[in-house]
Amino acid sequence: MSFDLVVNVLIAGLLTGLVYGLMALGLSVIFGVVRVVNFAHGEMMTVAMYAATLLFAMLGLDPFVVALPVAAAFFVFGYLLQAGLINPFITRPEHSQFMLLVAVAIILVNALLMIFGPDARNVQVDYQLESFEIGKILVDKARLYAAAAAVLTAAGLFLFFNYSKTGKAIRACADNYLGAKVVGLNVKKYYALTFGLGSVCVAIAGCAMALLVDVTPPLGPAYTLLAFVIVIVGGLGSMAGALLGGVLIGVSEALAGLFITPSAKSMFSFGLLILVLLLRPQGLLGKR
Amino acid sequence: MLEARKISKSFRGLKAVSNASFEIPEGSINALIGPNGAGKTTVFNMIAGVFAPDSGAILFEGNPINGLRPDQICAAGIGRTFQIVKPFAGLTVLENVMVGGFLRTKSTPEARKISEQILDRLGLGPRRDLPASSLTLPDRKRLEVARALATRPKLLLLDEVMAGLRPTETDQMVEVFRDLNRTYGTTILLIEHVMRAVMALAQHIGVLHHGEVIARGTPQEIVRNAAVLECYLGEETEI
Amino acid sequence: MTKASAALAVLAAILIALPAFVGNYALSVATLILYFAYTGQAWNVMMGFAGQLSLGHALYVGVGGYAAGAIFYHWGIGPWAGLWVAMALCVLLGVAIGFLAFRFGISGVYFALLTIAFAEFTRIGFDHLDWIGGPGGMFLKVAQRDAWDLANFRGPPLMYYYTILFLAAAALALCALLMKSKAGYYWQAIRENEEAAQALGINTFRWKMLAVALSAAMTSVSGVFFAFYYNNLFPEQVFNISRSIEIILGPVIGGVGTLFGPVLGAVLLTVLSDGLTELLALLGWEIPGIKQVFYGIVLLAVVMFLPHGIWPPLAKKLRL
Repeated sequence: MSFDLVVNVLIAGLLTGLVYGLMALGLSVIFGVVRVVNFAHGEMMTVAMYAATLLFAMLGLDPFVVALPVAAAFFVFGYLLQAGLINPFITRPEHSQFMLLVAVAIILVNALLMIFGPDARNVQVDYQLESFEIGKILVDKARLYAAAAAVLTAAGLFLFFNYSKTGKAIRACADNYLGAKVVGLNVKKYYALTFGLGSVCVAIAGCAMALLVDVTPPLGPAYTLLAFVIVIVGGLGSMAGALLGGVLIGVSEALAGLFITPSAKSMFSFGLLILVLLLRPQGLLGKR
Repeated sequence: MLEARKISKSFRGLKAVSNASFEIPEGSINALIGPNGAGKTTVFNMIAGVFAPDSGAILFEGNPINGLRPDQICAAGIGRTFQIVKPFAGLTVLENVMVGGFLRTKSTPEARKISEQILDRLGLGPRRDLPASSLTLPDRKRLEVARALATRPKLLLLDEVMAGLRPTETDQMVEVFRDLNRTYGTTILLIEHVMRAVMALAQHIGVLHHGEVIARGTPQEIVRNAAVLECYLGEETEI
Repeated sequence: MTKASAALAVLAAILIALPAFVGNYALSVATLILYFAYTGQAWNVMMGFAGQLSLGHALYVGVGGYAAGAIFYHWGIGPWAGLWVAMALCVLLGVAIGFLAFRFGISGVYFALLTIAFAEFTRIGFDHLDWIGGPGGMFLKVAQRDAWDLANFRGPPLMYYYTILFLAAAALALCALLMKSKAGYYWQAIRENEEAAQALGINTFRWKMLAVALSAAMTSVSGVFFAFYYNNLFPEQVFNISRSIEIILGPVIGGVGTLFGPVLGAVLLTVLSDGLTELLALLGWEIPGIKQVFYGIVLLAVVMFLPHGIWPPLAKKLRL
């Protein structure tokens, strides 16, 4: 096992981890603000991946190009989902909300199965086979672009939440629901907006991921669980935590794949989740 | 019956209760009063087992109870109500009280019998099969008391039980507690703001201010106590 | 109450006499319904009684099934002994999870995630455990299917049907008894308001652990049944999160915390979804995944419009 191989694997893991991080960021934003546990998060990611493969198959468009329209569509979907389905549930007990999204998840993943069948689909673009060479280190072009997209989106989100009026209003709603209402903020609208934004993250992450892995319906629940592991390990409500968690998981998965059997890699993630839930439930960078 | 010996409690550097000491004689009705933020609820919670005092001891019938869990405190014979009532909304009035009754018996019919008696005593008999969520506030307060009574407490802790009641309702509650104390000899400790109730019920009063006990005595002594008057000046009281 | 008991007696009579009127296929469907009714009831104990949402209950089915199955596979020891090992293991697991969760104050969504994590962890673990067959699965010897061999739990479909009918009935009876007992009252109190329950002398930690242990034990029996009925176990299938979700569908749709909710839910779901599949087959459509989409839609509808499940409003209407 050469040092170069390990470094290559590490870098690949890091880059993939950033895409995971973007997906988890969407979940963190949704949970951090709306306090809804989006159990359909991974399924939504899978839908985005299928959208990318479908548009590629039909129109030959690169996933980064379709990412924007897909993101727009996802924004609308997320907005409507929150406004129409979830908002009435704010006052209901926690497990009701959970069940609601479990139902959405079941419908999504099986609808995908119905429409696309169980066979794997992917995208085939030229630069997927190319890499950058930095000395003896090889960096996959597709992976680098995907990670760049993830970081760009995350940065955009960060700027939005910290410097725009709407972004700050959303943060106010997250901090203090009642207080926000008292000051006249239309909290429900902001919740819907936030869910829309979280969905945008998922959409872009999905389109990026379509370049890296083949997509099958069972990826849905797997990604949901992964998103939760990342968010909890990284810390709920922390944007940097989501990215950090994503990178951690990406790297550990890559290393586990190298040193142990690849199939056991998720075991590590779940073990980590259990430990974090028990010992430091606010995660590495979380606040609560 | 209950003795607090120099109990103190701080929250993140703020001393909520400081070296408070008082005694509750058996069979008496006692009140703990003081302005907002005086530390009454903190004292209450220490007795009820919600948290332990940082220093000092609380003795019940001679045995230390500081540091015990709330359920152990109840088993020892101290019942409590909550300031914001916490009924078991999904259960009926009778079932609510039965939950309390099961502390002293394993048998369901036995628990039912005890609970029915208590409900009748508190005037909730006719409403026993209604869902607890359908009760008015005064009735919910009575339910809270009934439930605590079902655990056969020797000492009953009442946390601002008169809050939110109209004067006639307050008088009715006062009667309930007087009756309880007279008939069963239940010792009572009230945390209260409503002076109307305090003056009517309490045989002994303790006054807290900034976490310290500044006065103890009968109602007549307390209303004339200079320190007490000073700490209440500017405060609105209901007489 | 007499109206309810009469209805119950009629239902029992129908179920007992059922095999005389239907063929083997319908019998297998009935067995499946009763299996979900039983397992749902077992799950309901933890959720309905202790108020803890477990989304990883397949863990107990799997561990129970594999425990009894492995003992039979490797040493030929029948399921009656294996049953005790299965229950003991599952109780230990449940208690461990419960202890970790309650001691560390984990509840609600976090508890649900914890249960998922344990189930997933075990799934992947078992996938790498060669002693029980690994990903290739474990296959139990299928002996003659004509005679009733209760000792080894082998026999015709009829035997399995009556066994699961007995289990489902026993679970129902147990829950009915518990709900009227001190335990039932205490559990409901804890579920409604844990703080108030503590103030009434209830050691909520101990009682929550009891609910978890009972639920785990009951579910392990489900696993043993599963192992000897289907005769094969794959970690990917048995511990899969879809299994956990299947388990909760019945109770959630029928009514969490109610006595008849899980049964009603199991019946409704299986009957309707099988009916749907039959209808589609008649039209020439064989679409994988359509049954699950149907489950999802029903679940969505129930959660949105009948948050307490179908049984409470139904019982009111039938004035039971």
